[in-house]
Amino acid sequence: MIPIMQTTEKASERLIRKNKKLSLKNPERNGKVIVYSAAFVTILATLAVTIFLTQQGLQSFYMSGINPLEFLTSTNWNPSGSNPSYGALAFIFGSLSVTVLSALIVAPFGIGAAIFMTEIAPSWGKKILQPVIEILVGIPSVVYGYLGLTVLVPFIRDHIGGSGYSLMAGVIVVSLMILPTVTTLSADAFNRLPNGLRSSSLALGATRWQTVRRVLLPTAMPGLLTAIILGMARAIGEALAIQMVIGNTTILPSSLLDPAATMTTIITLNMGHTTFNSAENNVLWTLGLLLLILSYGLVMLVRFLAARRKF
Amino acid sequence: MNRKFTDKLATATFTFFAMMIVVILTALLGYVLYMGVQQVSWDFLTSKSSTFRAGGGIQDQVFNSFYILLWTMVFTVPVGLAGGIYMAEYARDNKLTAMIRICIETLASMPSIVLGLFGLLVFVNAFDMGFSVLAGALTLTIFNLPIMIRTCENAMRSVPIQQKEAGMALGYTRWRTITTILLPSAFPSILTGIILSAGLVFGEAAALLYSAGMTSPNLDYGNWNPFSETSPLNIMRPAETLSVHIWKVNSEGIMPDIREIADGGAAVLVTAILIFNIGARMIGTWIHRKFTSK
Repeated sequence: MIPIMQTTEKASERLIRKNKKLSLKNPERNGKVIVYSAAFVTILATLAVTIFLTQQGLQSFYMSGINPLEFLTSTNWNPSGSNPSYGALAFIFGSLSVTVLSALIVAPFGIGAAIFMTEIAPSWGKKILQPVIEILVGIPSVVYGYLGLTVLVPFIRDHIGGSGYSLMAGVIVVSLMILPTVTTLSADAFNRLPNGLRSSSLALGATRWQTVRRVLLPTAMPGLLTAIILGMARAIGEALAIQMVIGNTTILPSSLLDPAATMTTIITLNMGHTTFNSAENNVLWTLGLLLLILSYGLVMLVRFLAARRKF
Repeated sequence: MNRKFTDKLATATFTFFAMMIVVILTALLGYVLYMGVQQVSWDFLTSKSSTFRAGGGIQDQVFNSFYILLWTMVFTVPVGLAGGIYMAEYARDNKLTAMIRICIETLASMPSIVLGLFGLLVFVNAFDMGFSVLAGALTLTIFNLPIMIRTCENAMRSVPIQQKEAGMALGYTRWRTITTILLPSAFPSILTGIILSAGLVFGEAAALLYSAGMTSPNLDYGNWNPFSETSPLNIMRPAETLSVHIWKVNSEGIMPDIREIADGGAAVLVTAILIFNIGARMIGTWIHRKFTSK
């Protein structure tokens, strides 16, 4: 009976079944397993970073008993005193002011240079400016920090005032760092716009500036905002370059020329010499968690803008 | 007349902005290289660093930078390539794909110091690797993975659809089309992407402070046993990289010739990054020309 049953099976069915056989020598299936595991690793890495840092970052509240409200709103930072207090507002303020101020400085320059690269001198921009700026994106942050330390800090001390180590030095160093990033991403936003927009505006008799201001800038706006936000993401996470020039005090700065500190600089400086799981160490992890949350927020903002993007 | 004038004014302003950016940034690079050239000598490159005395070099730090880079690439390239293939060829338009995309974007914009903290928490402490080459390389893998996946995805997508269709028409399976048609065509862009991201990894410091550590044991370059404490090949030893060294010298160095070491180190770092960047472009173009015989 059995041989007859085998012959009644259709050839196509037999071939389909043969293709799906469970064998290690099936490259089609192995390939699928490889690429799906890589995708899985990506998700796993993101989840692991989030979960571990959240767990460790919340310890200062439920293990060391620090009041979250005091942590966020007090400027009294004295973790090693006899009556320790953990107000991190000065660092949060430092991080936010460096990020916002540098974004405000960089936005006009970056977008202006992008307009030059894409609208005024496209061939020249593509051949020379774009490669130069892309190379500058890759210059390590310690190099910017070193330049800030050896050129900018003495300059501020001699010509503007104060010790030179200041919020201002931090803002300038970070601005220089994110300028290439914002410029290339803005240029991408302009390059994505269809040429029809430009030619129809010019055909109506508009000058180049009118075209840029009335047509291209509004259409490219979500892309340009994305460029600035990604620049801010880089600014808020920057640690070593700022640490080298900002002066690292624990007091809220009262002017741009005062030394200050950011969340990243205090983590950099104190993580090494505080005992693991002590209250003083736990607050640093909480600051790390706060950085993570802020960076998540910026990613959400980018996604929101991407959904509104037309081109 | 008025609007023509505004147009000219706007053109002049934007040109000025662009010129200023290029002038400032190239001046900064020129400054680094100019100051550094006076300090870099064969002796500086091949002698060990010194904590207290003048005249220390950067030999171990340069080696550590390349060694950590090598291991990072060993981990990142396969996973990034497979991830890129998944995103370009396998991912359907569904929730899973959307989630992976969010993950890639989140990882890409994560502050590197935060990744360094994760490395400290998980690789150094939980997996008990200590400050080591391996912990540093794994941390940098997370740092580099999103860049690599994006590069590979874009490279795969930029292959003309006709080539893929030709493969399908010949009866190739999906995997065979990918490995024999898409990958070779995408290879020049993938290689360019790998070298460019290697430049970023080479210069990264914040993620390494608390994963690869800020010290280096007394390395003996004659010792090739990878399990020996003093062997440069040992992946369980702490390894201070060049970037970390530049930061450490500048912010807490106590040797008398801080400025000289910082100048020289920064120049070496910038030169390496420039070589990575320009090399990537040249190799990419060269292979492309070779493959397409143009």
